[in-house]
Amino acid sequence: MKQQIKTAEWKSADDSYDVARVREDFPVLGETVHGKPLVYLDNAATAQKPRAVIQRLARYYETENSNIHRGVHRLSEIATRAYEDARSTVKGFLNAAEEREIVFVRGTTEAINLVARCYGGSRLRPGDEVVISAMEHHSNIVPWQLICQEKGAVLRVIPVDDDGDIVMDEYRRMLSDKTRMVALPHVSNALGTVNPIKEMIAEAHAAGAPVLVDGAQGAPHANVDVRDLDCDFYAFSGHKLYGPTGIGVLYGKAALLEDMPPYQGGGDMILSVSFEHTEYNALPYKFEAGTPHIAGVIGLGAAVGYLTNLGVEAVAAHEDRVVAYAVERLRSVAGVRLVGTPERRASLVSFVLGDVHAHDVGTILDQEGIAVRTGHHCAMPVMDRFGVPATVRASFACYNTEAEVDVLADGLEKVRRIFARV
Amino acid sequence: MSDLTDLYQELILDHNRRPRNFGSLTEANRSARGVNPLCGDKVAVHLRVEDEEVKEIRFEGTGCAISIASASVMTESLKGRTCGDARNLFERFHQMVAVDDGPASHPPEMGKLAAFAGVRHYPARVKCATLAWHTLRAALEGDAQAVSTE
Ligand SMILES: Cc1ncc(COP(=O)(O)O)c(C=O)c1O
Repeated sequence: MKQQIKTAEWKSADDSYDVARVREDFPVLGETVHGKPLVYLDNAATAQKPRAVIQRLARYYETENSNIHRGVHRLSEIATRAYEDARSTVKGFLNAAEEREIVFVRGTTEAINLVARCYGGSRLRPGDEVVISAMEHHSNIVPWQLICQEKGAVLRVIPVDDDGDIVMDEYRRMLSDKTRMVALPHVSNALGTVNPIKEMIAEAHAAGAPVLVDGAQGAPHANVDVRDLDCDFYAFSGHKLYGPTGIGVLYGKAALLEDMPPYQGGGDMILSVSFEHTEYNALPYKFEAGTPHIAGVIGLGAAVGYLTNLGVEAVAAHEDRVVAYAVERLRSVAGVRLVGTPERRASLVSFVLGDVHAHDVGTILDQEGIAVRTGHHCAMPVMDRFGVPATVRASFACYNTEAEVDVLADGLEKVRRIFARV
Repeated sequence: MSDLTDLYQELILDHNRRPRNFGSLTEANRSARGVNPLCGDKVAVHLRVEDEEVKEIRFEGTGCAISIASASVMTESLKGRTCGDARNLFERFHQMVAVDDGPASHPPEMGKLAAFAGVRHYPARVKCATLAWHTLRAALEGDAQAVSTE
């Protein structure tokens, strides 16, 4: 049933990055959809998994499965080591100073909720301010809204200009001695904007405020060096970085994490418990209550290993080529209007096609085997800002090609033909 | 293209481009709003009901071609019918678009609504086709809460 497109067609322009070889690592790319080869352009929602990750998960369950940090038996030792090795891999990936600064969580959403609840919850006073931007994913809005409401704090929103870039002057004006937290996306999932986070972090620090970076779309596509950025928190999801769902990472500076109360109570996060008093465990275990997603962590370690083997920079350069081609090619399709034309773009392009609703575009593209995201991308305020109910989003990963962009553009021509009948 | 033109029939494209009975209704005595959170479709249905008869019906909203056309054709099909007819028609419409092995041909009283039969092959779009109908039912039942297809 599998209908592989001939390898030669997938050759990238740059010979140093062999995208055809990369594609072979991802079994799902051999699938067909409605009889057409799968063209998977929904990577910002979740990325596909390489064989290295799938096999690592299978090996864990087949030969190592055990609970961690508690047994004295052999399997528990192996599982514990694999789990902690993954922490060390992630630490290296982010260039964090210490392993205890890497907390495993369910994903970006949980990481942000953890910081909002434990940091915001213990620091915010009435009248304090939390600053976010107009291009947030709902997961970097709602947790702050909740904690601000509870504490009588104020949520302030940095505006975004017509290109989809943050208005830096407004940002600077917004920072004051009332600012208790700045939370920003590294890369916008709805517009593709790469924000100047290093500069923004420096500005926030000058005003005395810590910064959380929502790296859900950043970590898979950019070299992240948390010490160079000097961010206080960095959150990302494993599943958008070729890893399993249900696992993600919160990086936090040790001093800040130390000062925060725990997130959830339970096993593993304690040193001693009596009915009168509980002594919490050290970092990072204080924030990892209960049996964690052990397989997920190990799979995430394999995913990070896979990406680092390809080379984060080589992958980013490849994706930049593909997305630049996509921007150019989509502009040549009559009726396409890009939503977001930022100064720096990473990995995705959001657009509308004439007055055809994104949902209709998505259904017709699906019939061509093309998977795109259509809708508000969990960023309703961004849709309001750009005056569209929804957009079509094509998002790219290490295995996408210019040829797939051509398939997308042809699919859009077909949408136009179908809708031109009346 | 045959598959897709089964879904995007000309009647549907036409009602999407030029929705009938579109706008507010000042003399409405029943109204409800509906949303499809998945894709952001929004619709409001307004009715003037007298003696259990739909004297006037209009709708407003934004959404994909399927949801707008479905709302438009719905308003055309219901004007002058009784509230009981409206509920029955919803049942049959729902059967037609949501039940994959439902009857392949549709009784003549479905009229233009039969154009939506192709929706059943696109499970992700069933909610688009039924949004206006769910909202209608909420309006008829005087349910002021916005309905959601989730
Ligand atoms: C920018 C951004 N932030 C946060 C999230 C939430 O990630 P998750 O659903 O994996 O927790 C996403 C995922 O869609 C995202 O794109």
